[in-house]
Amino acid sequence: MNLLRAEWTKLRTVRGWVVALFLAGVAIVGIGVAPGLSGNCHPPQCALPTGPGGEEVTDVYSWVHRPLSGDGSVTVRVAAFGGNRGPGGEGLVPWAKAGLMVRAGTQRGASYAAVMVTGAHGVRMQHDFTHDRAGSAAATVPRWLRITRTGGAVTGEESDDGVTWRTVATVRPARLPSTVEVGMFVTSPQFSASDTESFGRTGVSGGPSEATASFDSVAPAGGWSEAGGSFTVTGSGDVAPAVSGPNGLGTSLTQTLVGTFLGLVFVVVVAALCVTAEYRHGTVRTTFLAEPRRLRVLAAKALVVGAAAFVLGTAAAVAVVTLGAASLRGNGVYVNAVPALVAVRLVVGTGGLLAVCAVLALALGTLLRRSATAVTAALLTMVLPYLLAVAVLPLDAARWLLRLTPAAGFAVQQSALEYDVVDNLYTPSAGYFPLPPWGGFAVLLGWTALASVGAAYRLTRSDA
Amino acid sequence: MEELTIEVNGLRKRFGGTLALDGMSFTVCPGAVTGFVGPNGAGKSTTMRVILGLDRADAGTALVGGVPYRRLRRPLCRVGSLLDAGALQPSRTARNHLLWLARSQGLPARRVGGVLERAGLAGVARRRAGAYSLGMRQRLGIAAALLGDPPAVLLDEPFNGMDPEGIIWMRGFLRGLAGEGRAVLVSSHLMGELQGTADRVVIAGRGRVIADASVASLLASDRVLVRGDAVRAAALFDGATVTGPDTLLIAGLPAEAVVRRLSAAGVAFAEVSAHRSTLEEAYLELTRDAVDYRAEAVR
Repeated sequence: MNLLRAEWTKLRTVRGWVVALFLAGVAIVGIGVAPGLSGNCHPPQCALPTGPGGEEVTDVYSWVHRPLSGDGSVTVRVAAFGGNRGPGGEGLVPWAKAGLMVRAGTQRGASYAAVMVTGAHGVRMQHDFTHDRAGSAAATVPRWLRITRTGGAVTGEESDDGVTWRTVATVRPARLPSTVEVGMFVTSPQFSASDTESFGRTGVSGGPSEATASFDSVAPAGGWSEAGGSFTVTGSGDVAPAVSGPNGLGTSLTQTLVGTFLGLVFVVVVAALCVTAEYRHGTVRTTFLAEPRRLRVLAAKALVVGAAAFVLGTAAAVAVVTLGAASLRGNGVYVNAVPALVAVRLVVGTGGLLAVCAVLALALGTLLRRSATAVTAALLTMVLPYLLAVAVLPLDAARWLLRLTPAAGFAVQQSALEYDVVDNLYTPSAGYFPLPPWGGFAVLLGWTALASVGAAYRLTRSDA
Repeated sequence: MEELTIEVNGLRKRFGGTLALDGMSFTVCPGAVTGFVGPNGAGKSTTMRVILGLDRADAGTALVGGVPYRRLRRPLCRVGSLLDAGALQPSRTARNHLLWLARSQGLPARRVGGVLERAGLAGVARRRAGAYSLGMRQRLGIAAALLGDPPAVLLDEPFNGMDPEGIIWMRGFLRGLAGEGRAVLVSSHLMGELQGTADRVVIAGRGRVIADASVASLLASDRVLVRGDAVRAAALFDGATVTGPDTLLIAGLPAEAVVRRLSAAGVAFAEVSAHRSTLEEAYLELTRDAVDYRAEAVR
């Protein structure tokens, strides 16, 4: 305890360090609140609906439908399925969908189950936006589909010839009333360059796509009498979870935290200097005279610097995810809503990121002893990989950097989820990291543990 | 004041190919100033660093009140030390420098004001340490050493960079510490600085102790100074050394016997007195054989 108070006194009595830590907070908040993006989305017009699970969803499609009371079944043959990718040319986008859907109602975000053929992902059975089961991988058209509602369960089936049927899945949507809407739907999501393997960061292009499907042999035919059992539906949109970034409507809350890297620069410099300045000025010997148990000194320094960075980062993050998000919304930028727990993780994670990076910088300082060397090492391992990944490098290299280097810790700031059922540019610059939030943080912790062991070894083995 | 003894026993330490300490042994007793003298490179600083747990000796022990420094709890309350007065974060004020030291020992902040006062720095305590002169830094170092009111104090070359006034202040200050019953070890490469300060001197050379004696015994002399007809007088005594045109030193006889023999032989003399050597002379005598070490800087 005495040692903690001593180290805290040391930290707060060097004006330059206090100013630098203050600037770290200013940098995070300043960049977060600065009106960098603007748009023309002003709620409530462009608010996204939420699905049965509470997540934001896209729920735009075209369909021919009728009510179905109680249990029942509809069979149809998808006779043809084609489309275009807007500026990308002819052809279906991979997640273009055509098939049968049972919905709790026509309102957006309603509970549903659907069996469908897709552009490139075969036959699928999906329900309630986030659930997806695969059927035949090769979905050649024409193809028969059948959807059956039995109480709370919905079964999807497929067939090559209308004779031999194969069950794709039986699912239980969250809430189906006794009378549901059932019908044939078509939709085709935003096209982006991400569906080609080699894309350059500068060549991101995309836009709305469109798909058209012909349905015939609808059974029971009675309810669909108007067009004599044959329909052609053209649709654009998606029935899927909403994503942030190029293929989504808005930007993620992560976007408001982009100033973290600059704050981190100040924090790691102060953390490294905390120990290298002691070597430079010789006060490290005074420190060891006051507490000869050197590992305790190292631990006390780590706790004090880490705690200061944590408080700073957390406070700045609170300001940014509230004020920053408000500022973006004020500029007409849609900021995707996040669950409260995710917002807490972003805030606490940002504090934790700064804290652990500070401890890593401290360990590097103890290991290397020279200010210039330690600061350079800290910036090269923590800040530079992040900057390269979000701004310069091609996607694969960027992802590897954010898996292997201490900068992997930035993953705690990811707020949007990555969905297999939605094609998007899941890039670091759009707030998508290659490792899961706590996984990336664990990589940072691993590096910090390694550097701390090295620091402890050098501290105890060599003369002061 | 609690009594505390520092015991150094058979320290050996090698830096690369150089033997810095080669069986250094001595004791620092409470209530006295022990001077630690020797040419640069004799191992004085290394010995102090080993006592304070900063360097690890290859062999031997250095105990503070019976235990190694590294095992002390709140060590600044047991041993105060000043190794390098320049070891200060330049942008921190003197007051804050002492404040973190006080915090580290669980001492109340008001101790800081007390030691600043005693070191004569109260008026400049809120200035950045980087703006301090070397003499002021020495005083700040002294203040830090006294912060925990320790029964033992170790000072490495405290006279360095001090003006004559400061040196006089330091002498009185060290005497005061010993007078309070503290064990005081003061190193210096100039024996003269310790005159009138040290009760005892440990003379080091090439990593070991050459001489360990009380100052009184070093200054004591059985020689007699005669001023007069030096050439005729010298012929009368066996142990006589002519030291000038009209002076000589005679060893082995009391002054009365010298006067009797000079008078009996009718040799004129202006003065016969007991000779008082200076500490510097005693030092030079003791280290005459070790003079070649001077050129050999160990560290």
